[in-house]
Amino acid sequence: MTDTTLHSSQPRLITLGGALPWLIGSLFLLVMPQVFTSNSAITIMNQMAITIVFALSYNMLLGQGGMLSFGHAVYMGMGGFMCVHFMNYIEDYSLPIPLPVLPIFGGLFGMGVAMIIGSFSTRKAGTIFAMISLGVGELIAACSVIIVAFFGGEEGVSGDRTMGPPVFGIEFLHQIEVYYLTAFWLVLSALLMYLFSRTPVGRMANAVRDNPERAEFLGYSSRWVRFFSFVAAGFFAGIAGGLFAINYEIVTEENLNLVQSGSILLITFLGGVGFFFGPILGAIVFTLLQSVLSLQTEIWQLYLGLLFVATVMFFPGGLAGVIMMHTLPFRLGKARLLLRPYVKTLLPALIGLLGTAGGMEILYHLRHAALGENEMSLYWISFDSHSVLPIAICLLTAAGGFWLAKRNAPELADAWHEANTPNGGVA
Amino acid sequence: MNAMTQSGLSTATPALQIEDLRKSFGKAEIMRGVNLSIGAGERHAVIGPNGAGKSTLFNLITGRFPPTSGTVRLHGHDLAGLAPFQINRMGLSRSFQITNIFPKMSVFENVRCSLLWAQGYRYSFWNMVNRSRALTHAAEEILEQINLTNRRDLPAGVLSYAEQRALEIGITIAGGANVIMLDEPTAGMSHSETDYIMDLIRRVTENKTLVMVEHDMGVVFGLADRISVLVYGEIIATGTPEEVRANPKVQEAYLGAVLEADH
Ligand SMILES: Nc1ncnc2c1ncn2[C@@H]1O[C@H](COP(=O)(O)OP(=O)(O)OP(=O)(O)O)[C@@H](O)[C@H]1O
Ligand SMILES: [Mg+2]
Repeated sequence: MTDTTLHSSQPRLITLGGALPWLIGSLFLLVMPQVFTSNSAITIMNQMAITIVFALSYNMLLGQGGMLSFGHAVYMGMGGFMCVHFMNYIEDYSLPIPLPVLPIFGGLFGMGVAMIIGSFSTRKAGTIFAMISLGVGELIAACSVIIVAFFGGEEGVSGDRTMGPPVFGIEFLHQIEVYYLTAFWLVLSALLMYLFSRTPVGRMANAVRDNPERAEFLGYSSRWVRFFSFVAAGFFAGIAGGLFAINYEIVTEENLNLVQSGSILLITFLGGVGFFFGPILGAIVFTLLQSVLSLQTEIWQLYLGLLFVATVMFFPGGLAGVIMMHTLPFRLGKARLLLRPYVKTLLPALIGLLGTAGGMEILYHLRHAALGENEMSLYWISFDSHSVLPIAICLLTAAGGFWLAKRNAPELADAWHEANTPNGGVA
Repeated sequence: MNAMTQSGLSTATPALQIEDLRKSFGKAEIMRGVNLSIGAGERHAVIGPNGAGKSTLFNLITGRFPPTSGTVRLHGHDLAGLAPFQINRMGLSRSFQITNIFPKMSVFENVRCSLLWAQGYRYSFWNMVNRSRALTHAAEEILEQINLTNRRDLPAGVLSYAEQRALEIGITIAGGANVIMLDEPTAGMSHSETDYIMDLIRRVTENKTLVMVEHDMGVVFGLADRISVLVYGEIIATGTPEEVRANPKVQEAYLGAVLEADH
């Protein structure tokens, strides 16, 4: 490993350890459509890929630059609108622009908007930045009903992605073709965003996040460092917007409003802002939950909300933080110790959660089902939602599960402590 | 306007020239007309009782606060209205009395970030920081000098107090600025740590201008070419250690008590 070759004054650009996660990720993206072949699965995967790009770009602000934005959807939405307009220009004027390069225009447009907004919003971090982002988000959303030529009013702007010149005979009629286009841009954008974090300005973004004043005494203007991160984040958000436009062939006000901005904040936080791969996890888990849960239950947003609150309260490092917590036990070779206590605590907790969810579902059915429709089905069992027994069972299960989990929690805490103590340390 | 200072005059131009510098916080006048000239290559100590305004003087020079009136010149250039980062780029680097580091970043990252601008990386987003051997090597050299090599990958925030003080100095000197200002660099350090750090400071400020606030008189008299005594926002004496020691005003206002306690 310690090869000091004579000619190279610079370390290798690519090392096996560095490239491996990217290779595995790309391979994964390649084979996924072979495993999940249905159209709806591919739609979900496309949605996931777009959300990953968007969440990674958001984390350039939140995780790496310490800028809490409530308006990041603006840059994705603007990129999306630009792309859908481009699609129409291509159709109207028969421009020789192939579809796969379209996201770059979304990116450039998002970047341009970010340059304008960032020129004043990045002057300060903290509350002032957050408030400006909120104001700008509201402003642009309001513009969308006023400037109809660009935003298309209430119904948005739609286009047709198949009207461009075919690329190697591909016309992007099929979902799978769009999937590979999206996957390509996902890998490219993620790689570029990762590399950005390794550049001088990317490193200084962390420094400015931690201590903006000290950075100024090292020759860097905190404001300009924030500005560069902001513009880069705008660029990649615009790419995500372009991918959205290609996938759905329609972009509306909903793509840039505050709801969208809020959910990317939650997704990124859920995945974990402290690690580069955190937002990727967040986007995957969120998209899966959203598409799977929303088929199963009407109150899926309630569950997502609870998940977010639990994350913020108990795991501020997000999913990535929880995973990375385990590196020490693994390095010490003591991760095995955790297995039994985990099962003994988490399994009852899961049962408790399912019981609680059951109770909420029954209550919801009770209140909202049509009159006379008493029959409901839960966990593959049909029963009368108006009788007492089902809800009693649910509540008892919940209470029992949580009680067991609480009883076994100290054991888990002890095991956790033990697993994180090197051998020979205090027992 | 300073076209000439670059060439022939540069040796004659003081590294730092302060004229009638004043600062008020609200009604309280903290800096009451300070005049001070520090030559290039000089090691200058600022001493004075608590609350005299030593840190405030540093803050005014380095652009942390704007002065109420008066001028500060660095190598002849007026610093009025310049931000800290602009002053830093002109070759002035400072440390803080209250440790001011990047707590969540690794010790190595702390030092590397303090090298970036000085090594010409500016706001570049087309270089990878870990590709430059020179950069890594320079950062590791600093770590070696401040004895933190074995803490390289720890978050700076978990270091002990003395280690954080050492890092504070490392960050300040890393960029190789030619005017270095240290605000109580050894505060809170043990005797052996103080000796070590002072030795380091002596080495890295060779042929540079050093301005240092220091309470330890042994350290001050051993290192400084000249000393200024700041009392209630005014410099009551400036001179070589011997001159200052002998100055009756200083003895009366401040030093006497300390010196007597020492002997
Ligand atoms: N930002 C500020 N706002 C208001 N008052 C300030 C501010 N900074 C310093 N002061 C006041 O200025 C006076 C001088 O403070 P300064 O920190 O410069 O003293 P010092 O000589 O460095 O003291 P020490 O030896 O304790 O470090 C103190 O009375 C302090 O309260
Ligand atoms: Mg002070």
